[in-house]
Amino acid sequence: MTDDGDVAVRLRGIGKRFPGVIANDDVSLVVHRGTVHAIVGENGAGKSTLMKILYGVQKPDSGTIEVNGKPVRLGSPSDAIAAGIGMVFQHFMLADNLTVQENVVLGAERLHGIGRAARAEITRISSAYGLGVEPDELVEDLGVGARQRVEILKVLYRGARTVILDEPTSVLVPQEVDELFDNLRELKQEGLTVIFISHKLDEVLSVADEVTVIRRGTTVDTVPAGSVTSQQLATMMVGSELPTPATESSTVTGDDVLEVHGLGLVASSGRRVLDDIALTIHRGEVLGIAGVEGNGQAELVEAIMGMRPQAIGRVLLAGVDLSGASTRERRERGIGYIPEDRHRHGLLLDAPLWENRILGHQTQEPNVKGAFIAKGAARDDTSRIVETYDVRTPGIDVLARALSGGNQQKLIVGREMSGDPVLLIASHPTRGVDVGAQAAIWDHIKDARRRGLAVLLVSADLDELIGLSDRIDVILRGHLVASFDPDDVTPEQLGSAMTGAGQAA
Amino acid sequence: MTPRSTRVALMVGAPVLALVAAFLITSIVLTVAGDPAVDVWTQILSVPQSRNVANIINSATVYYLSGLAVAIGFRMNLFNIGVDGQYRLAAFVAAYVAGEAWVPSYLNTVLAIVAAVMVGAAWAGIAGLLRVTRGVSEVISTIMLNAISTSLVAFLLRQAAVDVQGSNNIGTKPIPRGSWIPGISVGSGPGTEVYGFIVIAALLGIGYSVLLNRTRFGFDLRATGHSEPAAVASGISVRRMVLVSMLLSGAVAGTVGLPILFGDAHSYGVTFQSGLGFAGIAIALLGRNHPVGIALGALLFAYLDEQANPLQILLNVSPYIVKITQGTIVLTVVIAYEVVRRYGVRLEQRQVARALEVRGSDSAAKAPA
Amino acid sequence: MSTRIDRPDAAPRQRARRSLPLAYLVLLGLLGVMVVLSVLRTVTGAEDIDSSGTLSATLVAAVPIGLAGLGGLWSERAGVVNIGLEGMMILGTFGAGYFGYFYGAWQGVIGALALGALGGLIHAVATVGFGVDHIVSGVAINIIALGGTQYLAALSFSGVPGGGQTQSPTIDELPAITLTFLTDPLKTLEGKHLFLVSDLAALLGGLLSQLSVLTIIALALFVGTWFVLWRTSFGLRLRSCGESPVAAESLGVNVYRYKYVAVVISGALAGLAGGFLAIVASSNYRDGQTGGRGYIGLAAMIFGNWRPGGLLAGAGLFGYTDTVRLRSGGQSVHALLLLVAVLLLVMTVWQFRRAQRVGAGISLVIGVAAGVWYLLSSEVPGDFTGMTPYVTTLLVLALASQRLRMPAADGVPYRRGSAG
Repeated sequence: MTDDGDVAVRLRGIGKRFPGVIANDDVSLVVHRGTVHAIVGENGAGKSTLMKILYGVQKPDSGTIEVNGKPVRLGSPSDAIAAGIGMVFQHFMLADNLTVQENVVLGAERLHGIGRAARAEITRISSAYGLGVEPDELVEDLGVGARQRVEILKVLYRGARTVILDEPTSVLVPQEVDELFDNLRELKQEGLTVIFISHKLDEVLSVADEVTVIRRGTTVDTVPAGSVTSQQLATMMVGSELPTPATESSTVTGDDVLEVHGLGLVASSGRRVLDDIALTIHRGEVLGIAGVEGNGQAELVEAIMGMRPQAIGRVLLAGVDLSGASTRERRERGIGYIPEDRHRHGLLLDAPLWENRILGHQTQEPNVKGAFIAKGAARDDTSRIVETYDVRTPGIDVLARALSGGNQQKLIVGREMSGDPVLLIASHPTRGVDVGAQAAIWDHIKDARRRGLAVLLVSADLDELIGLSDRIDVILRGHLVASFDPDDVTPEQLGSAMTGAGQAA
Repeated sequence: MTPRSTRVALMVGAPVLALVAAFLITSIVLTVAGDPAVDVWTQILSVPQSRNVANIINSATVYYLSGLAVAIGFRMNLFNIGVDGQYRLAAFVAAYVAGEAWVPSYLNTVLAIVAAVMVGAAWAGIAGLLRVTRGVSEVISTIMLNAISTSLVAFLLRQAAVDVQGSNNIGTKPIPRGSWIPGISVGSGPGTEVYGFIVIAALLGIGYSVLLNRTRFGFDLRATGHSEPAAVASGISVRRMVLVSMLLSGAVAGTVGLPILFGDAHSYGVTFQSGLGFAGIAIALLGRNHPVGIALGALLFAYLDEQANPLQILLNVSPYIVKITQGTIVLTVVIAYEVVRRYGVRLEQRQVARALEVRGSDSAAKAPA
Repeated sequence: MSTRIDRPDAAPRQRARRSLPLAYLVLLGLLGVMVVLSVLRTVTGAEDIDSSGTLSATLVAAVPIGLAGLGGLWSERAGVVNIGLEGMMILGTFGAGYFGYFYGAWQGVIGALALGALGGLIHAVATVGFGVDHIVSGVAINIIALGGTQYLAALSFSGVPGGGQTQSPTIDELPAITLTFLTDPLKTLEGKHLFLVSDLAALLGGLLSQLSVLTIIALALFVGTWFVLWRTSFGLRLRSCGESPVAAESLGVNVYRYKYVAVVISGALAGLAGGFLAIVASSNYRDGQTGGRGYIGLAAMIFGNWRPGGLLAGAGLFGYTDTVRLRSGGQSVHALLLLVAVLLLVMTVWQFRRAQRVGAGISLVIGVAAGVWYLLSSEVPGDFTGMTPYVTTLLVLALASQRLRMPAADGVPYRRGSAG
């Protein structure tokens, strides 16, 4: 405890449980004043929960928080602000149609009013930390990097001495990342403390002084950034022992089911989110797509499903060109789809289960007879799914909203497996479901593969990818950059490819 | 209770709660205003005579059609505030067509009805098109179209007008007797016939129910209303659904004025009843967009209207008091539905959790680790 | 449309620094309008299109529309859509009639404000408190207000001398100001029918004669609204609730409280709009007096892009069309048809050069149609003038929807605790 004088934040034994999930368990962390401290971990490792606890958005079930050596209770963001902690959220909290100045002074009008004094203060902070923020601009007109600097300015304006940034680089292009890191170094020089959450390891190493690794809700270790390589960090993040890959023999055949050629997509911002993607999946093959969130996975899936009409390139299913086909036509041709966000895209939350059985299969047996819904048959088939896929529910008239996440997902899996699809697109199929449901969903995907289904599996869970896939392609900034055989891939290789560390070397 | 019966109980409970609240609020208004609340309710709740019953059924028929038109939009999360303008324009055109009598007898009636349906659909279609192609909120555009149709009808009426005998009003040519839709008698004596159009209204209600609940189209429509992203992911073309449901809503709206036209007024004049579209919004909300619910809501509104009529003569109380009741019902019913909905979801989640505990214990052995 | 009031156009200051001072632009714009009207008058010989009488009546017609729109502005800036404006306005007419007749004109103004605010409060409780859909609540309020005032009017005014089931007796007048020493020479000048000079004289004369204090108050409310919403921290917080309630809550703003305040003020302003109709525009409460002006106010607000300055222009335009229709009917409107044709043809060229083919096509078709109509007829039926506000709004929405900027979270029910 000799270095207590320069400790900005100390967390001890932080625990947080959500129903069915342990988000944080015995997390301990020491952040020194005037340093950039990175927290790294896979998606779902518990980083964001931890930071929300530190910003007072959520209350921990156990553990203590000390700021500048004094224990604090953070019941709301206001408490955190009062304790000198500020947070830059991953999804910016800015009002587009207000000016930068208005966004900054909102809620803190007492400090310098909303007029000239406030403006002077904003200009002062902006030039002191090299943020280059112009108070009169509309936020709407700003790029992502500039918005982030406004968020940082908001935090500094309120007098924060410790700044938390949640995944700040996930939305930035490389040049913007460099600018952000320059800003962070400025903050450090002025004696501020920066807590930086990320899973891009090369970036972390270039800016952080210390790195804390979190895995499965608990802290693994804290190491000085100078003493590790990104490969070592990747190993710590993923865990050294990987589950045994599927011991089952390969069922891959020579029949092409899905062929994608030259698939490209340009976002409304002008960024290429998908660029010249080519892939082929055979009968009985599972192709895994690994990548850090936001590198084009979601767009790839939606483009193949026909939900992105602006996409260019060709999509062939069993030799039939579906490039211009509607989503419905693609589904009718035998694509099953487990969407990433089941609440938004996969279910009608306020409709009963049997109606959800029909969703996405409105034109297919056994749900319809001609132009009419075959209610009886659809209900019977729903009961079959509930039985076969072990959906825990009192009945099929329950609203989908009432089911737990795992049971909702089992219903979706059962639905999408019905009607003999030739291709299953599964996007994060086990995200946010309990362990039992996860194992069951894995078994279903394996079964389907044995029966000759082709599967496109997108996941952030490397265990899942390695355990299920016959081949893993890595997507980075809209490109497929590497391909691995899961039988002999090491976490170092995957981690490097996903974060682009391999490219740099 | 099973989840389904719970849901039914809540669905019935909410409007009852709302009616009680509206009853109380109306009574308070009456008392504060110094009117005899007890006498007013005694009159309103008295048993209507057969002549009144006919009147109630007649205006309920009209309300029903209006509610149905609004409900089609509501099932899609579309607000067709424009039923008012759609039915007035449609009724005018129907009156004109029928008055001209280009074809004989009932062919003339059919032709006029088809014209009304098409005009209603087209007028609503403008809002649909603006929404689909230009992203204009249908709420604003239908409000504007209501006002435009008021002026348009006034203009057209002046062009097509003939003098109505015995008054200063102008109207379209009277519809020939052979093209009227005969009434159905529900009692003896004068004024006990109900509009023959009620049959068509009932058929429309059945059609609505079948279309929405039994057909693929209806499923797509409801799915889009529930969740647009989920609808897109399931392969529904949302733009097409918006346009089609707006057209359908307008088509039904086109029939709203027809019971009056073919059963009572026989021509469209300046005194033709207006404001039915807004009542339709209230009734669709009250009836939860369910065909039977809408029918009950329409009957309730018509009943209140009819029973309040003699208040002026009997008690010197303005019959407009029931408008307060009706408006309050709308507000309290949506609040009640919202409160009950939240409660219902929580309740059902608890039920599911309980069911899981029971099943979980006996299936624990086979559950994967 | 006095220049003093048009300052609110300068409100969004972010643009101000790279353009001319807005007061000049507004003056210039007004001058432009007068030049156009002047040319039109000379070309078509429709003398009444900008006579002082017409312009004076325009002001009276524009104020209730503007006040209702101002009500809409307050509410929607805080993120609550208010189509209950019509109902709140109806409540205002009754409040003015009741309190105006029984207690006096000023009490009538208070009554209009209070009853309108009551309507706003109901809307706020339903939409903010219970999370009911904003449109549904608005429709319900329109029904309740209409029925409620009809009931209360029958109760209050039947049997009262000069009153009846559907109208109140005459209300005392509020004081009005006429600057005779200015208006008389202006009148003379106007009578000479000189190009532009007479038109400007008519404008000033129209604005300065028989100016009710309530009109002055209404204009002051525009300036006040602009100041409060765009120059105070209260206004900033209120607008942030309409733009991004999540961001506002994450910074400690009590979103519910600001929405409540905004919607109640919205109701009060709509009530005042009704009060103006009853006390100034006519002299008693009458059933159906609002005639859908609440909706026109809403349209004017949308036309004005949710800004006080634009709203004022919209209210002026809609008030003008209403006045022209009532005064000299066909002739003036017929003259305006020529203006519409020319404007649309100019717009066609402009859009075509910006490669907006569809928009250019629509403008061309409508423009040519208006031109042909002008040439082939000598009068326009008054009914079509009545449509002007609505058709204009639809066209603005259809052609310029990308340029309109409603508050980002307008109409979205907000539940507390969504931040983070």
